Parts: sequence; structure tokens; C-alpha cells
Amino acid sequence: MIKVEVDMNLCQHYGQCVFEAPRIFHLNSDDKLEYLAEANDDERDQVEAAVDVCPMQAIRIVE
Amino acid sequence: MDAVPDAAPVIIVGGAMGGLRAAEALRKSGYSGPLTVIGEELHAPYNRPPLSKEVLSTVVTHEAVAFPRRAATEDVEWLRGRSATAADLDAHTVTTDDGVKHAWRALVIATGLRARRLTLPGRQDPSMPGRYTIRTLDDAIALREELREGRRLVVLGSGFLGCEVAATARKLGCEVTIVSPSELPIIRPLGLELAAEIQRRHEAHGVQFRMGRSVVDVLGDARFAGVVLDDGERLDADVLVEAIGSECNSEWLAGTGLDTTDGVLADAAMRAVSQDGTVHDDVYVVGDIARFPHLVFDQTPRRIEHWNIPTDTGKRVGAVLAAKLADDGSFIEIAARPFTPMPTFWSVQFEIDLRAYGLPSLADETRLLEGELAGACVLGYYRGGRMIGVVGLGMQAALMPYRQVIAAGGAR
Repeated sequence: MIKVEVDMNLCQHYGQCVFEAPRIFHLNSDDKLEYLAEANDDERDQVEAAVDVCPMQAIRIVE
Repeated sequence: MDAVPDAAPVIIVGGAMGGLRAAEALRKSGYSGPLTVIGEELHAPYNRPPLSKEVLSTVVTHEAVAFPRRAATEDVEWLRGRSATAADLDAHTVTTDDGVKHAWRALVIATGLRARRLTLPGRQDPSMPGRYTIRTLDDAIALREELREGRRLVVLGSGFLGCEVAATARKLGCEVTIVSPSELPIIRPLGLELAAEIQRRHEAHGVQFRMGRSVVDVLGDARFAGVVLDDGERLDADVLVEAIGSECNSEWLAGTGLDTTDGVLADAAMRAVSQDGTVHDDVYVVGDIARFPHLVFDQTPRRIEHWNIPTDTGKRVGAVLAAKLADDGSFIEIAARPFTPMPTFWSVQFEIDLRAYGLPSLADETRLLEGELAGACVLGYYRGGRMIGVVGLGMQAALMPYRQVIAAGGAR
């Protein structure tokens, strides 16, 4: 399991992470980010890509 | 060509986001050999966009903008505070400003851009106190000190950077005047309608504009004291921010034969290309210095100065170069894969929350797709009837589906 954390004080709901890891991240009907706090090990590349593309650098993988 | 020992490292020249992403991607793609990054700045790689936005409005620190470190790149050798002065593609070397010649097995060019400075006869000293650019963390730290209530700021340039700095400074209580030769702010990427709306919103917040004007003199001796415009107007001010674009850090490649007409020419695999058309399997280009064909739009190589490009091109180079070095037969197939990173950018100016995909600057037609210009809206940008860009003010959920439309070639 991979632990995913988003700093919601930083997050501006750009939704770039949604394109990279759609199972983990999505924007709800109010344009706000929602996410799963746990990803599968085989989703590490996707989550790392989401970390990379976040304009606010708000996403973290907790090792 | 001299034989290059396999023990020579891959050398990445450029220690900012593009260099970091290339290093990470090389490791992720299986390259485990020696890897060296040469970087001019002393800081570990950090995220630049907040420097004119959120971070400039609070306390500017490296921690606030540093990229996370990854275990896979812990063994990368970083040579900080050094810049490349020359390269030799036949001898496989790069020379740094301390006179050291470094041998490489493959070279990654990621030296990016620097801020263009205002140059006026007799006023060539851009280090005059009170004159600033905003490209690096140190630039932002220095400028932040100046942005106090009541300070008079002249922002030279009305692109995204100039408008963002103007808005941030205004929010901090500065008196701000934007001076620009353009007709309207950010007009080149955004077009007439949206540019006029952006100026209107800035003016509502008290930002002053001198559009269609240029600076003919800088006032002050020991310290910046104001500017004189080409219509004779004198603007007394405490701080000058020069946001007049950028220049490519490609001088160190002089004499290599590479096409450095505007940045460094690369093919769609991000391999560097010489003036004579030679494509180099062992020299690559990453980031906003790369001029490469983006096949979603057309065959024309162009530089794209958007935030996602260092990451996307860095990952591309990591995958292609790792395959080349692995010598396992995968190189030709991996280099031939389509590479069409979606240009992605955003801007925050007062309540303006602008987000965009594609290359709206190429458009010959703009259409209002959702909402209204004076409030939240989505604008589509078209060339020959095909969508090539989309810009939203707010309306994130409505904006996102258009990204796929552009990626699919823009047909609707």
C-alpha cells in the first residue's frame, strides 16, 4: 500500500492529478478535489506522476 | 569520434526542474550508471510559479517551493554553483566555469532561460539597487523585501509574470504602474477580448497602465528612482520590476554545430539536432530551452515556456536515453513513440483564477464557450476551425473536457 496525502491548504483544485491517477483523484461536482488516502503498490508510477504535475506541489507520498 | 568509456557519466547541464525530472526519469527507466547534474544555482530544484504568486505574498523560503527528493536519485552527483562554458560533441566533454573538463557518455541540455534585462545606453547596470527581475528564488527573496505598503512600483512588461507581480504587489499595498509596448496585457497568448477584461480587472484594483509605451531612461544614481517614458512622462518610483521576457542559456553550445537559432533544436524524441540536420543519439534537450515539433499542433518546432514542459520533456528524455544506454534493442521503438505533452498553464491575479491548455497564442479565432467574460467563463481558441487552446476563468470542471478535444486534434 502507498499512503497518499494532499495538503488541502495548498490544493487549488487544478485537477492535473486526475489526468495522471484517475482512480485516486477526482474533482467533485463543486470542482473540489477528493482523493483516496491509499493506493495500490502497482499504482506508484501513477501517483508519482500526479505528484509531479501538481502546480501547487500539494501531493505527497508518505513513505 | 573518440571512444567514450562506459564509465563516463550521463551529464545533465541544468539543475532546475527539467534537469531533476530527467535525472529521475533516467533512474525510473532503468539507467543505474553514473549520473551528474551541473547546476548554476546553489539551491536544490524548486518550483518557480509561486515565486510571483503565493510565495511572493508571504515569506519566501526554499522549503516552501522545494521539490520532494526521491530515493532513486540519492546517488546522483550534483555540482552546484557551477555553469557550463563550453561543450565538445566529438570529444564528449563539457567544460565548467571553474575550468574543469568533464567527460560524458551522454549529454542532456537543460540550461533553460534567464530573465531579459532592460538595456539603455548609459544605463546598463541592471544590478542597481531597486531594479529586479523574478526568475530565481533569490530574485523573489530580494524583491519581497521591497514590497511594503506605499512603495511605488513600476512593472515593465505586461505578460503573465508582469501582471502577477503587479497584482501581488498591489495586494501588499504598493502603488503599481505597468508599462508595456503592447496594446493590452497578456494579449499575445490570450487575445483581445480576454486581455481587455484582464486590464479592466487590474484597474478595478487600482493598478495603473501605460500601454503602448516604452522606457527611454532610468532615473537615480545610487538607487533606482523612476523611469522616463517615450512620450516624455516621468514616473517616480522606488522599485522597477523587469518582466520583459527571457533569453536562452545556449551560449555555452557555441561551436558545437547544434542549431541554437532559438533555444536548441530537438526532434520529437528530444534528441538534439545540428544545423546540418544531424540528429544526435547521445545529446538531448529538456525544458523551455528545447525547440521541438509538437505533432498535435503542426510540424513546426517551437519552444514552449509552460510549466509542464520541463517535466514532460525530462521524462521523455529519461525514457529514450535509458533505452539507448541499455542497448537492448528497444531504443528505436521508444524514440519513435508519439510525444505530445499538453501545454498547461495557469495564473493568479487578484480574483482572476486563469487556467489554460494548448497553445491559444496560435489562434486565428476566439469563441466564448461558457459563462460570461465579466465573470467566470471558458474561451475556446481555434486555428482553421480546429480547437488548439482553451482558457478558463474559474469553471475548472467545464474546462477540463476541452483538454481532450485539443489532444485529439481539435476537431469538434
